[in-house]
Order: sequence, then C-alpha cells, then structure tokens
Amino acid sequence: MSGKPKLHYFNGRGRMESIRWLLAAAGVEFEECFLETKDDLTKLQKDGSLLFQQVPMVEIDGMKMVQSRAIGNYIAAKYNLYGKDLKERALIDMYVEAVIDLNELLMTHTFQPADKKEQHFATIVDKATNRYFPVYEKVLKDHGQDFLVGNRFSKADVQLLETLLMAEECKPDILAKFPLLQSFKVRISNIPTIKKFLQPGSQRKPPLQEKDVPKLMKIFH
Amino acid sequence: MAEKPKLHYTNGRGKMESIRWLLAAAGVEFEEEFIGTKEDLEKLRNDGSLLFQQVPMVEIDGMKMVQTRAILSYIAAKYNLYGKDLKERAWIDMYVEGTTDLMGMIMYLPFQPADTKEKNLALIIERATTRYFPVYEKALKDHGHDYLVGNKLSWADIHLLEAILMAEECKPDILSAFPLLQAFKGRTSNIPTIKKFLQPGSQRKPPTDEKFVAIVRKIFNI
Repeated sequence: MSGKPKLHYFNGRGRMESIRWLLAAAGVEFEECFLETKDDLTKLQKDGSLLFQQVPMVEIDGMKMVQSRAIGNYIAAKYNLYGKDLKERALIDMYVEAVIDLNELLMTHTFQPADKKEQHFATIVDKATNRYFPVYEKVLKDHGQDFLVGNRFSKADVQLLETLLMAEECKPDILAKFPLLQSFKVRISNIPTIKKFLQPGSQRKPPLQEKDVPKLMKIFH
Repeated sequence: MAEKPKLHYTNGRGKMESIRWLLAAAGVEFEEEFIGTKEDLEKLRNDGSLLFQQVPMVEIDGMKMVQTRAILSYIAAKYNLYGKDLKERAWIDMYVEGTTDLMGMIMYLPFQPADTKEKNLALIIERATTRYFPVYEKALKDHGHDYLVGNKLSWADIHLLEAILMAEECKPDILSAFPLLQAFKGRTSNIPTIKKFLQPGSQRKPPTDEKFVAIVRKIFNI
C-alpha cells in the first residue's frame, strides 16, 4: 500500500543517520532525496513540506514527518523496537536520550575551530569513558542478557551500536576498558539486517570530512 | 503503594519545568527536593541516584528516571496524554519537539553573555512568530478543534501553553497575530488542573532571574 519511506537530507550523517540505522535494522528499504544546494532546501521550505522549516524530513505512511526524535519514535514503535510496555519504553528512552547526547558531541567535533579541537576531543573521551559507557557496560553486566532492555532487540541497541562505532572512529581503542560493550558491538553487528547495513555500498554514510563542511554551511546558513 | 513522584532539581524552571507542568495538568501531586549547593548534587551523584550524573531526576513508580524527554514520555503515556495510536503519538511528538526547541532558546537566554542578549531575544521572537506559532495556529485552524491532536487534551497542548506563556514573558503581545492561539491559551488555562497550577502558591516556578543564574552556574560549574 505505501511506498518506501523517503528521506530528505543532505548526503551525510548529521541528524538523519540514526534514522537510517533504525530503518535498516528493522529491514525497511528506503529512498533518499539529497539536498545539494541552498535552493534545494528553500524549495522544500516553500512547498510546505517542512513543518518547522527544517530537515530531517521523512515521508512515511502518508505523513511528512520532521524532528528526528519523533521520526525515531514512530519507526521504533511501528517495527516493534520499542519494548513491550511503558516501563521498557522508559528504559529505552533513557538509554537513547543519553546516546543522543554523546552523538551530539561526536557529531560536532568536525565543526570545532582548530584551537578548540583538542579540548573538545578530550571532552568526548572523558564523557564517553566516564559518564556513558560505564552505564551500558553495567546494564549488560547486571542482567547478563544480549540486549539492553527486555532481553529483546530494541532501538536502544541500534542507537548504542551506532554510537560505539562513531566513538571508535574518534579513538579506535575507546572501548578498551569495556569488554561487555566490545562483545555487544560484535553481536549486534552480526544481526543480519545490521550486518548488511555495515557493508560497503549500503546507505550508511561516512564520517563528515572537514572539506565537506563549507558545502554544508552553504546549504544551512 | 502509589507514592507521589519526587522531583530532584534546582528550585527553578530549567529542564524540570515541563515535567512539573505535565504532572500538574494530569492532576498528579508531586514532591520536590531542591538542589541548593554543589554538595547536594555531589551527594546525589555519589549515592548512584543519577544514571548519567545529571538532573532532572524523578523518582516515579519504583524508578529513578532521568533524561527529560524520557520522563515526559512516560508521564504522558501513563496519564493518557499521548494520543490513542501511533499516528497521534507521531503528531504529538512533532509538536512537542517544536515547542521544546522554542522553550530551549528562551531557557538559555539568561545564561547568554550580556552583549548577545538583545540579538538572541530578537531571534527568539522571530522564531516564535515565523517558525513555531504559525504551525500551531494552522493546526487549530485546519481541524477547528479545541486541542492540537485527536480532539482530546494531550501533552502537546500542555507543552504549547507553557511555551506561549514563556514567550509572552519575553514579549507580552507576541500572540497578537495569532487569534486561535489566544483562544487556545484562554481555554487551556481554564482547565481545572492547569488553572490551579497557574495560581500563586503552586509548584510552578518563576522566570529565571540573575540570582538564580548565579546559583546554577555555581552548582553545575558552567
């Protein structure tokens, strides 16, 4: 009945990447429409497609959804990646919100001015290894299960894997002190839909390079 | 068995205010434990109460919940303020994210350097009147209902009212071009639980002043 979801964003990770991960993990094929110039963005704004004039925007089930969290919540609930009851959803939400915080730090690293980069990198490593990773390591240790919540694959596992991989791009040995997160990473990476997404040629986007920043600034500023 | 939820935060609006609004609108009584000093925060951190070392934290239904959105989603769902199905939830989420962005701008205003305040205030007013309020005005116009989603009070309505009142504190006539939002404000403010919350003596917190900014900077080292 419905066509494939259609993602509107620039050709890079940004705030759309978590949505790509979630759709891919759920085994949902999707199309992408890339914004290359400011005119592309303006056109979308002018034709009323963007509720708050912003992307990400995902056409899905007859809606033009905006706001990455709203989109993520909808996809997770639709494809049964949101736990079985209110309390499981609460845990998933808590874990995902913190991962989003860490993602923000990782994402903004490329945009830091040269004189702030080293300090920013230190902050990332500090927060990742002292505030966030210990929590997930402990969660996995305490229940001894394969997945973060409810002994079942959920949005929390997908988002955590995404962030672990991004953190490793920043500092390859960042998981050195977290054996359970290391095995979690391997285990979740091997889930067939995710394994496919991690292969070259998938719709997963590469890290933002500094050379791409000017083009991005042109579209959004 | 049902104890009152217990809120842990500073004695001011910040990120906890939307949670206070939602609980109050749902008619849920709650207690508050205020963080007054750095030591109070350290104590909470050291006794393992804060999953990610941060507040807000709300003790509710045997959980020590953190992360504002997680807490709000839980309360909304628990008290039937989250729509009747996935699509209504999608709309509520979209609307709430918009008002969250707007209120976030307003919340940070007192913390901005003095020489940027005027510029930031102008940006808030521009965003409110050209990006956000037109969306909610149109939503109300298109369906002609009293509430934003599903012809029933939801988290989206409560959050929008909070945002409107905060925006009016920035500029009293900010709703002048939005007749339906004015009517919405009047109507929603008169819902008994919300009316009660809007009266003096409730747990609603006043706008952030310089004194509070100083306290927050000290406690959180910012």
